[in-house]
Amino acid sequence: MSETLLKIEQLEVNYGAVRALKNVSLEVKSGEVVALLGANGAGKSTTLRAISGLVKAKSGGITYANQNIARLNPTQIVALGVSHSPEGRRVFPGMTVLENLRLGASQRNDKENIQADIDRMFEMFPILSERKTQTAGTLSGGEQQMLALTRALMNRPKMLLLDEPSLGIAPLIVRQIFATLAELKKTGTTILLVEQNVNIALNLADRAYVLRTGEIVLNGSASELRLNSERVAQAYLGGGIETQDSRAA
Amino acid sequence: MKYSRLIFALGALLGFTLLVPNILPQYLVRVLIVMGINIILVASLGLSNGFTGVFSLGHVGFMALGAYSSGILTLSVSKKLAYLPDLPGFLAGYNLPFLPATILAGLLCAAVAFLIGIPLMRLSGNYVSVATLGFLVIVNNVLINAETLTRGARTFTGIPDFTTLPWVVAWMVVTLVVLSRIAYSPFGRAMRATREDGIAAQGIGIQVLPTRLIAFTIGAFFAGIGGALYAHYLVSFSPATFYIAMMVTQLTMLVLGGQASLTGATLGVVIVTVLSELLRNLERGFDLGFVKLPAVFGASQIALGLIFILVMVFRPQGLFGDREIKFVESKVERNERPVPDHL
Repeated sequence: MSETLLKIEQLEVNYGAVRALKNVSLEVKSGEVVALLGANGAGKSTTLRAISGLVKAKSGGITYANQNIARLNPTQIVALGVSHSPEGRRVFPGMTVLENLRLGASQRNDKENIQADIDRMFEMFPILSERKTQTAGTLSGGEQQMLALTRALMNRPKMLLLDEPSLGIAPLIVRQIFATLAELKKTGTTILLVEQNVNIALNLADRAYVLRTGEIVLNGSASELRLNSERVAQAYLGGGIETQDSRAA
Repeated sequence: MKYSRLIFALGALLGFTLLVPNILPQYLVRVLIVMGINIILVASLGLSNGFTGVFSLGHVGFMALGAYSSGILTLSVSKKLAYLPDLPGFLAGYNLPFLPATILAGLLCAAVAFLIGIPLMRLSGNYVSVATLGFLVIVNNVLINAETLTRGARTFTGIPDFTTLPWVVAWMVVTLVVLSRIAYSPFGRAMRATREDGIAAQGIGIQVLPTRLIAFTIGAFFAGIGGALYAHYLVSFSPATFYIAMMVTQLTMLVLGGQASLTGATLGVVIVTVLSELLRNLERGFDLGFVKLPAVFGASQIALGLIFILVMVFRPQGLFGDREIKFVESKVERNERPVPDHL
């Protein structure tokens, strides 16, 4: 829990003329779960995409395991042990569950352990085992999210970037997925989690940052933010309105 | 034990190809030759269009390059003097045997595909189709205007008729084996991933551009081989031989059979060839004793068009979709592939 695994300094990302991130700085320590909260368009997904190299930063630094990764391509970043489970799941719909999982391991060198890891993923989510020769497009939303998560895990990541694993999924499945994430946390996987569901995110996370229109407006430990839901809601919305989520917290 | 079935199948095929020219009428042998060449062309087209999702319309351009380059390389020195008097010295002075000329034609196409692929493979969807169509147009115009090499729009003739059924079958087997090895390897899996979702593929570390580029280059190599075989079968041809009509025929065969399936590509060729030959013979009119049909020329094309429409209405993914007969896939991959539900 001590050394910093990921450090972002004054990150700025533009999409054409639109500035998506301005001056974002954050850090994630090894073994920590950090939540990135914020409304739509706040820049949460962009932050993850910048880390995994899918978008290039205009300026600022991204340091992972004491190495500057801001100029590396996605392949190199995946090979360093950073896995990105993207927003909207993005499984390969025409390919089977097994093919999706094998693809997740495509940057690994220890081919002999891959089958054992696939079995481990099936233990984690037995439903995927039943569906292993089905094409991913035929799975339900929840099953696809399980597949997206396990596909990312097939890279044996040191750092897992998760983009809205609860998006559009039945509450029961969300609970199952977050229970699995809690297990992963215990095994020491570092997670940077983007979520709209503040409540469930703060229950899993150690710390959280709240983004609004491309800037970090609030950060603190999860327990502190859970108790101070008013401030989270304010940071979220830019006003004093209490949301359903924060009331529940 | 593992390969015994394969060796048996290949042996049977070899025996068949050596025997067939002696027992079948010349007409059928020629149909088989064209069918084999088309299988090479359509299966290699499937590597980019079906497996990688780069819907190329430029495949026939590579075929043309292969046909002309192997034609120039094999033309005898005396014929070069007669037909292509202005040929540059290094080409004019000698000629190559069939096999090296074919391979060189393939390699030339691969090199060209690699170069044009660097900018083109960045495009996707309809954009890459239009851009590759542009390549076909350019090739056509270059062939028409490079008179010293190609005799321009006039017929390029005098090419030795090297292409026999055993040659075609051998190349066809090589093509299908190589393509199936690639399509169902981890690299093939990466190819299909870039087709399914480019962003997600990048997200798990697959490099989209190199993956597409390699698939496009390999496809072009076999297009060049197919073009060379076709050149030595036709013996004389012009740039117009390798243009839009041929492109449409090959695409039809591929889409009909199933784009992401080597079995589909092969069967698409077989079905279209057999149907058009059958219908062509029928349209001359026939007499069954009790019914007598007059000749209705053009009816075969109409019937063929109708069949294509019906297949696309009822099986838009093509006859095979992305399925293969078991023979094609390796043992490991087979367990991961979709379970066929109606094959």
